[in-house]
Amino acid sequence: MNGEAIQARFRLAYPDFTLDVDLDLPGRGVTALFGPSGSGKTTLLRLIAGLARTPDGYLAMKGEVWQDGADFLPTHRRSLGYVFQEASLFPHLSARGNLDYGMKRADACLDRAALDHVIDLLGIGDLLGRRPHQLSGGERQRVAIARALAVKPRLLLMDEPLAALDLARKREILPYLERLHDELDIPVLYVSHAPDEVARLADHIVALEAGRVVAQGPLLDTLARVDLPIRLGEDAGVVLDTVVDERDADWHLARVSFAGGSLWVRDGGHAIGHPARVRILARDVSLALNRQEGTSILNTLPAGVVEIAPDVHPAQALVRLDLGGSPLLARVTRRSAAALGLTPGQRLYAQVKAVALVG
Amino acid sequence: MSDADWMALLTTLKLSAVTTLVLLLLGTPVAWWLARTKSKLSVAVEAVVALPLVLPPTVLGFYMLVALGPNGPIGGTLIALGWHHLAFSFTGLVIASTLYSLPFMVQPLKDAFAAVGERMTEVAATLRANAWDRFFSVVVPLSRRGFLTAITLTFAHTVGEFGVVLMVGGNIPGETRVLSIAIYDHAEAMDYASAHVLAGGLLAASFLLLFMVYFLNRRYQVVHL
Repeated sequence: MNGEAIQARFRLAYPDFTLDVDLDLPGRGVTALFGPSGSGKTTLLRLIAGLARTPDGYLAMKGEVWQDGADFLPTHRRSLGYVFQEASLFPHLSARGNLDYGMKRADACLDRAALDHVIDLLGIGDLLGRRPHQLSGGERQRVAIARALAVKPRLLLMDEPLAALDLARKREILPYLERLHDELDIPVLYVSHAPDEVARLADHIVALEAGRVVAQGPLLDTLARVDLPIRLGEDAGVVLDTVVDERDADWHLARVSFAGGSLWVRDGGHAIGHPARVRILARDVSLALNRQEGTSILNTLPAGVVEIAPDVHPAQALVRLDLGGSPLLARVTRRSAAALGLTPGQRLYAQVKAVALVG
Repeated sequence: MSDADWMALLTTLKLSAVTTLVLLLLGTPVAWWLARTKSKLSVAVEAVVALPLVLPPTVLGFYMLVALGPNGPIGGTLIALGWHHLAFSFTGLVIASTLYSLPFMVQPLKDAFAAVGERMTEVAATLRANAWDRFFSVVVPLSRRGFLTAITLTFAHTVGEFGVVLMVGGNIPGETRVLSIAIYDHAEAMDYASAHVLAGGLLAASFLLLFMVYFLNRRYQVVHL
């Protein structure tokens, strides 16, 4: 198939767990492997890295075969970088020593300037002389990311790199990951069970459940599907890529526009013309047949009903809307849906109570 | 101290050094295997390694004497090949001591290797290190305390052995007569003054050695090595 993509096919059966996947992953951008604990996402990442092994597997990285059944390239000969969940720096080496470890061994590694750039991007320049125990959790993880990038991998694997960090540390490190996302030209596989991280960082998503792929595709399209949000539970919602086109200094608001209209959001400090990613949860969208007057809701958008599907709870329904080309999900009670007489094709107004600027 | 006593000291140090070196080479792979294997065989191997801890040294020494002697499987084979048997020789003593001190090398190393955990070697693998490289660049430095303990205990334990030496090595000056045998001889001959010098010296040296180990271990811990 596509020589620019990653083909991964694995079957693995443990007594209490079976993994069975057949994936064609894009050769660039961030692909989120998303799913609850025990869904097999870390196992899949380890199989791709060669840290775990199953005889029933095939893996080709942009045309280079890493595994074909028993034909198995050991981890140390695969051109990859791996960021583990918890701090995994070598405690007997300084931060600089950790960076050097892989660079001394790799066939190709970053040159001086490129390494300096990564060090700069991750903000670890002042930490290089320190030992891992002298670093905070977030700093350690940033060094670990730089260490993985320093060997100039063709594929970066990240196993919930933020999971072991508290909220403040997560907030500290996410901007660095976003910057990496904008600058890296290698594919990244990012394991996560946190919808907000996925919404912020991913271009593609592979949703896993009990060892099987339940959905995959470009993030924006996949999140807007009404059959997938069931698995995201309360967090069902869409992500829209927008551009900042107006800033209101008096009210600290910014207007972001996208294919189907525009929204007022809290001003995140982005300049006019800057791209911004927003996330709108289905539970924050309500529907009205007429444009409401005298409401506190700032964002009301004309929309068309595309599809109505049952939600997790039998009292609720998920409504997929079309905003002139962009998708939106609304969670309403089935009683309301009946009262409004919702049917596909119907025109109405979507009232958006909250929009989160995620990047 | 008499010349004979100096010679016994020299023999003791030589035996301990050689035994420790041999055990470092043999015990490290055994300890590594025990720390990482999921094989059920490991339980049996561990029990065998620990045997010298509970067996009377004379039992071990007796079997070694039989095996290494002219009529034993090892000694007999060597004679058939045109060499000498190994009973009452320095080489025989090294072989017996190696077995006798095996647990003192393997146990601390096994614990140290297990404490390193698989994560660190996995990280090294993702950074292009092959298996040998991972062992020497990650496992060994992270097991420094284990190596220090294992080497010291093995050395000290070999210095102090008596039963095995007496059975396998006998009492040949310059070849198999070690300090503990010399002390025994002095005491037998009622020469308590000479026995005191050697016994006291051994006591002080052993204490100093162990003190150093524990001191270094604590210091390493403080700096997180």
